[in-house]
Amino acid sequence: MNKQLLIASALLAANLTQAADFEISGYVGFEWREHFEEGQFNTPSNKQADRQIGLTAEPEMVWSLADGEHTIVFKPYARIDSEDDERSHGDIRELSWMTYGDDWEVTAGLSKVYWGVAESQHLVDIINQTDFVEAPDGEDKLGQPMVKLSLIRDWGTVDSFILPGFRERTFPGEEGRVRTGLVIDTDNAQYQAAEEDAHVDYAVRWSHTIEDYDLGLSWFNGTSRDPLFKPNDTFSELVPFYAQINQLGFDLQATLDSWLWKFEAIYRTYDDSVKSSFDQMGQTLEDFTATTGGVEYTFYGPFETVWDWGVLAEHQYDSREDGSLAIGQNDLFLGSRIAFNDVASSEVLAGISQDLDSAGTQSFVMEVATRLTEGLKFNVDVFLPMSDDDENVSYQFKRDDYVQISLNYYY
Amino acid sequence: MNAFTKLTASLATAVALMSGVSANAELSLAGLSAEEQGLAIAKERKTRDIGWGDSTSAVTMTLRNAQGEESIREMRMKSLEISDDGDKGLTIFDKPKDVKGTAFLNFSHIEKSDDQWLYLPALKRVKRISSRNKSGPFMGSEFAYEDLSSFEIEKYTFKFLAEEQVNGIDCYKVEQIPTDKNSGYTRQVAWLDKEHFRGQKVDFYDRKKSLLKTLTFTDYKLYLDKYWRPMQMDMINHQTKKSTELNTASLAFKTGLKDSDFNKATLKRAR
Repeated sequence: MNKQLLIASALLAANLTQAADFEISGYVGFEWREHFEEGQFNTPSNKQADRQIGLTAEPEMVWSLADGEHTIVFKPYARIDSEDDERSHGDIRELSWMTYGDDWEVTAGLSKVYWGVAESQHLVDIINQTDFVEAPDGEDKLGQPMVKLSLIRDWGTVDSFILPGFRERTFPGEEGRVRTGLVIDTDNAQYQAAEEDAHVDYAVRWSHTIEDYDLGLSWFNGTSRDPLFKPNDTFSELVPFYAQINQLGFDLQATLDSWLWKFEAIYRTYDDSVKSSFDQMGQTLEDFTATTGGVEYTFYGPFETVWDWGVLAEHQYDSREDGSLAIGQNDLFLGSRIAFNDVASSEVLAGISQDLDSAGTQSFVMEVATRLTEGLKFNVDVFLPMSDDDENVSYQFKRDDYVQISLNYYY
Repeated sequence: MNAFTKLTASLATAVALMSGVSANAELSLAGLSAEEQGLAIAKERKTRDIGWGDSTSAVTMTLRNAQGEESIREMRMKSLEISDDGDKGLTIFDKPKDVKGTAFLNFSHIEKSDDQWLYLPALKRVKRISSRNKSGPFMGSEFAYEDLSSFEIEKYTFKFLAEEQVNGIDCYKVEQIPTDKNSGYTRQVAWLDKEHFRGQKVDFYDRKKSLLKTLTFTDYKLYLDKYWRPMQMDMINHQTKKSTELNTASLAFKTGLKDSDFNKATLKRAR
């Protein structure tokens, strides 16, 4: 599918460049990720990576026609990883056409949509699949085929989606890190729907701003972006299983002076047939509720500086009993970020996530960013997962601590 | 990711900061106290700037440190005048390249705090942000957010100080004390020319009452036969020796912008 798209887009590009305002921008990146502990799942025949060198590129081409009334965007992405074949991959993040009127907007093609307000996890954000090989925070997304119609009214905005086609989640390979004990067999994913990845999903979202409150209410019907897992016949690998779900989502942010109050909630249901087939395998699958709620407070210009110093706390809840299904079941995230407001736009974000049901399970994250010269961005990312509880899903990542340095050149 | 968590104020209204009109009626200040005189001058200045409607502009900021090293910021702005409230503004950032596509939506208010949203293109995320930060640097420059917000009578108490010349132009010298406790200044001293009530120079005093910065306005151009706008604004920080030069590359009024051009949907598709 990707090859045809590439050819089509190359032809499109050649034609359009003549007729429209054309602009290209983007970045190329170099990444060095160092792991401090040996892989937990090393075997005589397979060694998990200790050092991963990566090269990335994400150009964005934009054609603007008829005075900006029509916009075509093409944004491919590629990563080459020195160790993990699954992490070396390409994707079309965007290949879409957009047009709009006074109170409506239409987008068709591969595109990306973000829903939600929370920082520590993104529950209601369901349209795009997570490109999990990119980073464990799940913030990188794959391009999703869609037709989206937005109606912008006094009483709020309604976004309606037809989503023809599904993208499977990416997972690190055998030699990669932040992987499960049993390797995930991404080549043989199974589906509840007979149409498999050609199933057409639907979604609708209403969002509105009322004074200091921004809120959204959403409904999704179709293939779950979060796979369930079944062991294969020889119990040597895990097979992703993509079930059909209905999901209601709600998000709210109150912006009150220096305080941001944030809340997200989802309610997800599965079909009875899938529940009973998982029951027969001895896995409990139930409808569930999950929430993220918290607060962020910012000190402006503390200690006679020009910094913005924010502190945030978020609680994650999940109603499922089975600890292997979700990380954020009863977890507390405490974080802090400083924007130095300097010429280099330097920033530091650090946080710790503590599992309140497992004293020995927590993870530490830190992100540092600054601009070295015009166009050259320098980042340091630290991820330190810890767990002493072998029943906890995070136990599998306990030795995947890393420090990553990256340089991205923007043009 | 959050380089702009605390942006405020469309720069288009910034350019509107301190401007006057070409009416020639002499302001009568006789028999008034210094405070009443200051207020009368401020009201005249505000009155002369009503009715501009909407505007689009492109702006370049050149940041210089004490060693003279430069860093460039480029942005485009759309602004809409709201008759009974503060203006609406949409700012799109083009440079530095790593923030290209970042956009900022501001609904300013006279009676309450502004409503502000930031669009982060890498995540396609719109974030509502706090507008509480008045005194922080805008894009790492010597302009604070409050320096760039539109001039409103309610933001200050005024006092007429003297008549003085700035670069050979006859001016009113007016003290402006911010009413907002979050302001980074204890006082400002502004020089407005007597003919058009255009800002010529402003001194800013920090929370320790020391002279912090001086802003000068040059190269005024007349739009719609009524509205004066400076094509260049220079902010010099006396304490750090850093400076920022703000140049207006293009500016147009009455471009047909409507209320429906300023919402979260237009913020997301802004390019």
